Amino acid sequence: MIVEVVSMFDVASGGEPPGLLPARQQMAVSLGWHIILACFGVAFPSMIYVVHRRGLVRDDPVALGLAKRWAKVSAVLFAIGAVSGTVLSFEMGLLWPGLMGRFGDVLGLPFAFEGLSFFVEAIFLGIYLYGWGRMPPRQHLAMLIPMAIAGVVGTFCVVSVNAWMNNPTGFRIVDGVVTDVNPWRAMFNDGVWLQFLHMWVGAFMLVGLVVAGVYAAGMLRGRTDRHHRLGFTIPFTFASVAAIAQPFIGHFLGMRVNDSQPAKLAAFELSPTAEGPAPLRLGGLWIDGEVRWALAIPRLGSIIARNSLDAPVPGLDEVPPDDLPPVNITHLAFQAMIGIGTLLALSVVIYWLFRWRKNDLLDSRWFLRFAVVAGPLSIIALECGWIATEVGRQPWTVWQILRTTDAASRSSGLWWSYGGVLVIYLGMTIGAFVVLRSMARRWRAGEQDLPSPYGPAILADRDGEAEPAEAKDTLP
Amino acid sequence: MTLAAVVAVALFVGVIAYALFGGADFGSGFYDLTAGGSRGGSQLRTLIDHSIGPVWEANHVWLIYVLVIWWTGFPAAFADTMTTLFIPLALALVGIVLRGAAFAFRKYAETLAQARLFGAIFAGSSLITPFFLGAVAGSLASGRVPAGGYGDRISSWVNPTSLIGGVLAVTTCAFLAGVFLTADAARAGIHELTEKLRFRTLVVGVVTGVVVFAGLYPILQDAPTLSDGLLGAAAPLLVLAAVAGLATVYLLYRRRYSLARLPAAVAVGSVVAGWGVGQYPWMLVDEMTINDAAGADATLVGLLIVVGLAAVVVLPALTYLLWLTQTQRWTEAEG
Repeated sequence: MIVEVVSMFDVASGGEPPGLLPARQQMAVSLGWHIILACFGVAFPSMIYVVHRRGLVRDDPVALGLAKRWAKVSAVLFAIGAVSGTVLSFEMGLLWPGLMGRFGDVLGLPFAFEGLSFFVEAIFLGIYLYGWGRMPPRQHLAMLIPMAIAGVVGTFCVVSVNAWMNNPTGFRIVDGVVTDVNPWRAMFNDGVWLQFLHMWVGAFMLVGLVVAGVYAAGMLRGRTDRHHRLGFTIPFTFASVAAIAQPFIGHFLGMRVNDSQPAKLAAFELSPTAEGPAPLRLGGLWIDGEVRWALAIPRLGSIIARNSLDAPVPGLDEVPPDDLPPVNITHLAFQAMIGIGTLLALSVVIYWLFRWRKNDLLDSRWFLRFAVVAGPLSIIALECGWIATEVGRQPWTVWQILRTTDAASRSSGLWWSYGGVLVIYLGMTIGAFVVLRSMARRWRAGEQDLPSPYGPAILADRDGEAEPAEAKDTLP
Repeated sequence: MTLAAVVAVALFVGVIAYALFGGADFGSGFYDLTAGGSRGGSQLRTLIDHSIGPVWEANHVWLIYVLVIWWTGFPAAFADTMTTLFIPLALALVGIVLRGAAFAFRKYAETLAQARLFGAIFAGSSLITPFFLGAVAGSLASGRVPAGGYGDRISSWVNPTSLIGGVLAVTTCAFLAGVFLTADAARAGIHELTEKLRFRTLVVGVVTGVVVFAGLYPILQDAPTLSDGLLGAAAPLLVLAAVAGLATVYLLYRRRYSLARLPAAVAVGSVVAGWGVGQYPWMLVDEMTINDAAGADATLVGLLIVVGLAAVVVLPALTYLLWLTQTQRWTEAEG
């Protein structure tokens, strides 16, 4: 991998546009950062809906309290999600003018639909966040429904563009000119449905496990009240369904790769030559055209990648050297995703089996520790999945149509912009961390409404000039 | 009117909407910045939180709407603009990111010191973004973006029209926000704050008027094609803008705050519309017409379907949100 990174620098210093490497890095950082928050935008409203509805229907103050807190958390997360999503919109043009200028009218339509769903989500988010105590409760609860629907539509639209980059359709190229554009065919390309499902379910895994992990950490510190158990169980249930479904979706998605992008599959599987039955190569590296240090399990490669006992897996030797993706990053990221995904699927099955046997693992410190780690693990799995599919598509931005060197900006000085992104995103991460942690601390201390520290009532209160304006009753 | 022109109008409606809604949002940062110390400014800052809190994300989506229609409907012009105006666009983006994040962080900050830091970032970046977006508009209007892109990265936006565009954007945003905040303060019944805002908005209004007229002469020299349009087809819109602007100032002076919002929106809307009409039929002035810049017809039709859906799905929802925020129940309750 080190060799690869070094050679990437070498390549960048000769022949290639100066913007290529910084553009790539900036896109990776800003997309990798945004995707975590996008997951919250997609999956969190559904979870808030469940606790909020439970609070209203069963008159359950604990559930209602959770809904109020999650709403406040989502106010922070969705804000930084919205602005980091805007960054990506700009970057499409700032970093990849070669893609947008030439193919904007082919790939753009799903983005336009995504704009609509973002609109719907932002509008109802505003109503929901500020609607507490200002609307009839049932009507207020219903504001989450358009948000959840917008999350589904938005995921489909954004993933549709990526699926098009993997499965470009809906146009022809005649003498280098893009013609016969059919944006609907591009939007509903052959890869979109499975890729959408994979991402959508992945979002529920990530958010469910991260939120459940927060409450698992609380339980580890002895806060085993109903608030923590409910706060764990509801997101964990969402994540469980997603984690069990995900290996199947991933399997069918992977089977498509053999036909649509054999070079990517060869890199995923670290397969030097086409062979059938193919082994599964666990770990290992690709060094000087050879596989090193991999643990080969016979036949399993064919079974997993081709759903067959002896169908061949394509080999890296069939790929022209210029068209070879960075094999090691692709392979290791892919296997990290599969490994973590399998582990998470197995562990949720074990949890529910124990629970079915009347044995609640929430009383086990080891399980709680695992549940805390499961959140970050699901983030790593999601990031690795994106790294695997994106790096595995290289050197193409649009598979076998547009090389990344031709898509990237030819401007110099993009390193400055990349440096700026690193600084700002680091600052935003720290800001979000500080604010969310202090919110949790104040909630634990019994505060509920978290008034802004510069509000007139608070300032007056500090000086003892007026009665406290905020009710500071604790949850039962 | 060609299909491309229809899509360009839909795009420009988004620009106007962003100027109005996003503009009122950004402009509030000016009053936040000049609100004074923690104690003196606490009432005003809380009012700003309350006024833009529920709507800022929705207002912001107009920018996304503009971007996606632009790159889908007119991909080459989009790429040419992004490669040429990289610096002002990137700086506008920095403002957008800092502002949105800091606004959310400030609301839930624990200590006054943190809130001060986030507040300063929010308020400062609220001025950065409209300045650079205004500069981008000035560059487009004065023909600084060449077909093929990669125009001069500095002189494309460091020129009279761009700089005036930037200053004009900042002042109009502040004027618009002032009118809306004054009305919000009056509706909430905070008399002292209303008077304070009224005075500041009147000052900003006069400054904005001076900038518009003082800026007109350099623009006429610097951007001949735009000038022809401004003094030709767009002239009625500029007259309307002047009349509406004066009416706003008059109504503010007479303390008719609620009513003043209408001419304020008309004034800003017609300035922006005047720019659009002034540079018609160019997408990149003197370089590429709207028809030349247009993408495939099938895609343009698809975009019109999206716009139609937006009218059916988004507009009612948006109206509902804006109506809710103006109701008595939302004004009174604190949260």
